[in-house]
Amino acid sequence: MSCDQCREREAVIHLTQIVNEQVTTLHLCERCAAEKGVESPGAVAKTPLGTFLAAMGKDAPEQTPAPRSGESCARCGASLQDFRESGRLGCSECYHSFETPLRDLLRRLHGSTHHMGERYADRGTGTPTNGHQEADLREQLRLAVETENFELAAELRDRLRVAE
Amino acid sequence: MIDLSLLTDGGVGWLDASGPSSHLILSTRIRLARNLADHVFQGRTSETEREEILTVVERAARESVQLRRATKFRLDRLDRGDRQLLHERHLVSKELAGLDPEGRVRSGATLLVQDRIGVMLNEEDHLRIQGLHSGFALEAAYAEVDRLDAELGQRLAFAFHPEFGYLTSCPTNVGTGLRASVLIHLPGLVLTKEISKVLQGLAQVGLTFRGLYGEGSEVVGNFFQLSNQTTLGSSESELLDHLGKMVRQVMDYEEQARQVLLRDAPAIIEDKVWRAYGLLRYARALSFEEAMNLLSGVRLGVGVNLIPDVGMYTLNKLLVYTQPAHLAVAEGVSPTEPDLPFRRARFVRKVLESEVGRRG
Repeated sequence: MSCDQCREREAVIHLTQIVNEQVTTLHLCERCAAEKGVESPGAVAKTPLGTFLAAMGKDAPEQTPAPRSGESCARCGASLQDFRESGRLGCSECYHSFETPLRDLLRRLHGSTHHMGERYADRGTGTPTNGHQEADLREQLRLAVETENFELAAELRDRLRVAE
Repeated sequence: MIDLSLLTDGGVGWLDASGPSSHLILSTRIRLARNLADHVFQGRTSETEREEILTVVERAARESVQLRRATKFRLDRLDRGDRQLLHERHLVSKELAGLDPEGRVRSGATLLVQDRIGVMLNEEDHLRIQGLHSGFALEAAYAEVDRLDAELGQRLAFAFHPEFGYLTSCPTNVGTGLRASVLIHLPGLVLTKEISKVLQGLAQVGLTFRGLYGEGSEVVGNFFQLSNQTTLGSSESELLDHLGKMVRQVMDYEEQARQVLLRDAPAIIEDKVWRAYGLLRYARALSFEEAMNLLSGVRLGVGVNLIPDVGMYTLNKLLVYTQPAHLAVAEGVSPTEPDLPFRRARFVRKVLESEVGRRG
């Protein structure tokens, strides 16, 4: 697929936007994306974390292939096309079914994909989370490192510094 | 006709002007979007499923401390006037009340409310836990909502994702599900034409503004609802701190704008606020929008000590009770009654007369 902007280079960034309740997807090459201020996976290699990953002999985290528009959620049957039309997801499982395009969208909408607020699991067991922000962040950081989610780890590390 | 006197404060405790910074900020509202893990989202629920959602959530609510004595309103069983009444009191969203032009009330649409706290059921999300406080009270409003969320969360299985947080029907609410908003009166910034600059600035720091009735509503009477745009990537306290800081800044700008107006154009401002007062006091017909704009002028006059005899509570009361559904109920007529503007003017005159009489 060629870039929507320059129509020359291969599109590597697929940007989903909601403008006036309309969800549109823009396919961009790395250079045009950078001009629009969108972070590309290639840019990760230029960050300290990217260097770190490269040094470990790994590339940037591999993206799972995005489902085609025709694919639908196994639980509720909603398709990505349904979401594009209504702007609403069908069920909580849709967040797994369409994880990759949603991740892009969430980053675009919120500037992040990581929930930093109160955690439901803690509440279920009745553990108070207020006043335990640092401990909570440390635990999230440990989990992120364990699951090799380095992007999250870096974000958590920065937040922990601020909290301390 | 529904009986709002069933609510301890009539559901209007938020307009008593007792909260902090009430001269600028009418009310603070917090809502948390929550969904039940074992049900599909609202767009795909069946009528039966919505009844099930209502049953389980109501059971959990009745076991909670905060909604034990809640009053229940089934919007799907109320006529349009009553639904509009609840919406005008800021107790239910336009969507839940089915007031959009093409809108219909969703079956199972329900409000549970007790004092300043409530839950909208079968809204865009299964639950919208909400709290409404008088004045500028982000922390107090959140503390109440948070407590209810914790209580309900122990009895209900909420849809939660380890990375994305609380899952919502629309991705704009995912994460904390928290929307905090402050209803603020900014006539100074509107008159000095600084308002668009301020609103643009707010958009750049991740805040958004809406009209008097929230999402999709127009700005009337110089009232703006300022709220957080994003819900993911920051903790609840970070979102509230940020909004609070920005709102305080906007309040400072508004105070500065008022000082500029009083310094540079005192006679014009004095004429403007007294003219508004005069019209409210003596006009024989008032549309809702005109009443709102005149009330805004008087509110400004009271805020800068030009008009001594009117209290903020009276102004808030007029703001609520001159709305179409409220006025219609008070007058025992339909909200579409053609002589409503005459009835509105008479109502406003009566309230202002008694206010002046009371204060000597």
